[in-house]
Amino acid sequence: MLEVKDLVVNYGMIQALKGISFEVNEGEVIALIGANGAGKTTTLQTISGMLSPTSGQVLLKGQDITKIPGHKIVSLGMAHVPEGRRVFAGMSVLENLKMGAYTRSSKTEISDSLERVYESFPRLKERQSQLAGTLSGGEQQMLAMGRALMSKPNIILMDEPSMGLSPIYVEEIFNIIQSISKEGTTVLLVEQNAKKALAIADRAYVLETGNIVLSGDANALMNDDSIKKAYLGE
Amino acid sequence: MGFLTYLINGLSLGSVYAIIALGYTMVYGIAKMLNFAHGDVIMIGSYLVFIGMSNIGGEQTGVMQVVKVVVCLAVSMIICAILGMVIEKVAYKPLRKATNLAVLITAIGVSYFLQNIALLIFGSNAVSFTSIISWQGISLAGGALKITGNAIVTIIVCIIIMVALMLFVQHTKPGQAMRAVSEDRDAAVLMGINVNATISLTFIIGSGLAAIAGALLCSSYPALTPYTGSMPGIKAFTAAVFGGIGSIPGALIGGLLLGIIEILAKAYISSQLADAIVFAVLIIVLLVKPTGILGKQIKEKV
Repeated sequence: MLEVKDLVVNYGMIQALKGISFEVNEGEVIALIGANGAGKTTTLQTISGMLSPTSGQVLLKGQDITKIPGHKIVSLGMAHVPEGRRVFAGMSVLENLKMGAYTRSSKTEISDSLERVYESFPRLKERQSQLAGTLSGGEQQMLAMGRALMSKPNIILMDEPSMGLSPIYVEEIFNIIQSISKEGTTVLLVEQNAKKALAIADRAYVLETGNIVLSGDANALMNDDSIKKAYLGE
Repeated sequence: MGFLTYLINGLSLGSVYAIIALGYTMVYGIAKMLNFAHGDVIMIGSYLVFIGMSNIGGEQTGVMQVVKVVVCLAVSMIICAILGMVIEKVAYKPLRKATNLAVLITAIGVSYFLQNIALLIFGSNAVSFTSIISWQGISLAGGALKITGNAIVTIIVCIIIMVALMLFVQHTKPGQAMRAVSEDRDAAVLMGINVNATISLTFIIGSGLAAIAGALLCSSYPALTPYTGSMPGIKAFTAAVFGGIGSIPGALIGGLLLGIIEILAKAYISSQLADAIVFAVLIIVLLVKPTGILGKQIKEKV
């Protein structure tokens, strides 16, 4: 589904990604874990065209999307739930969800997707006319995820969906990610909460200062001693 | 009756300010910059209407006069819209990631550039703009209260533009894209919105409206020079800040209030002091409410 080859990204003089490669197969949940500043967010932003890499390639369903501008990537079947949720605070919940379907034109298909999102997130339906800025952090995260699903993506990138949420919401968000995956959407998940991420992922990659230092089956990584020490706090 | 007349004249001048303020406020909301060349686009638009009106088909009456005015206005709007788009592409787009100060200085540079181009082409002598509204207006209360055709048409046009723009922003796809870009540019890209195209569209709409504002302004104040746009430009910018920059209803309220304050100050206090009073009121409003009347409090994201 998604293939990243030798990706190098520079911020001025600083090399944020030093040539990383990985792949996400159809139907998988892939976790990208690592400490602050490891390059997780940079990786996602480069994949979705928000940043342009110095070198390397991003392939989506076999198509090279490295040079395609960010706004054209949604319609190729990839959605991105950004770090910090980034909902449109001055718009209602419903307007936010409709913005998610901006690239789609069929009204009946859009209202089908809206129904589905409301099924997965009943709370969004209750609050559909409320301004997004007045929602709680957990509800905003649900809205950001629902908005991304409105584009009917084949693959969804999620950047720190559990950040800053109460434990109850963290639990709920991870359950939702699992059900998104069950419904057939491929997931690339960036998380600092390595324990939760590994628990729902099929495979994982570990980023450390711009390099992938470890990768493999999520269960195996969870039992890896160095991972336990560095990321799971055991 | 004097007061009512002043009030109506103030509303009429305020309507022009409001239409100009829209250009400032929309560009600020969406591109996060102050386009100080906006006032000079008004001047260019006024010259275009002036050239059209004085060179096409001689004197007309009745319906033909209306057709002539509409054609001249439409051509002026199209040329101004293109001008606005070109200014954005050539002068501002390369500075998308530059500091605010660099953009501000560039905008002032563009403003002087347009004034000097106009000086080269039209010279520095004022030309007398013939009102595009030949209707003399109405007279009420046995002739004690006269309302000019200019005032009535200006106010009506302002209302139509405001309603149309609000509907456009709320209910069309490009309008929704504008709202999204003004809220969060990066998130808008993730929705599939072409930010550059949206910013272009904003300049096109703002500059097209500037052409209308110019023709209405010069119909009431007919001395047209290459500097005609700068003072109304600054006042409309003030109106936008007054009402809350970034807000479309704010531009309307700010514009109308500014126009009324200016005319009443001229009538009852001093015509020399009128501008000083207008700006003093702005300072007081900003001291009390720094975001302007309808401005939103910008919350830091946690």
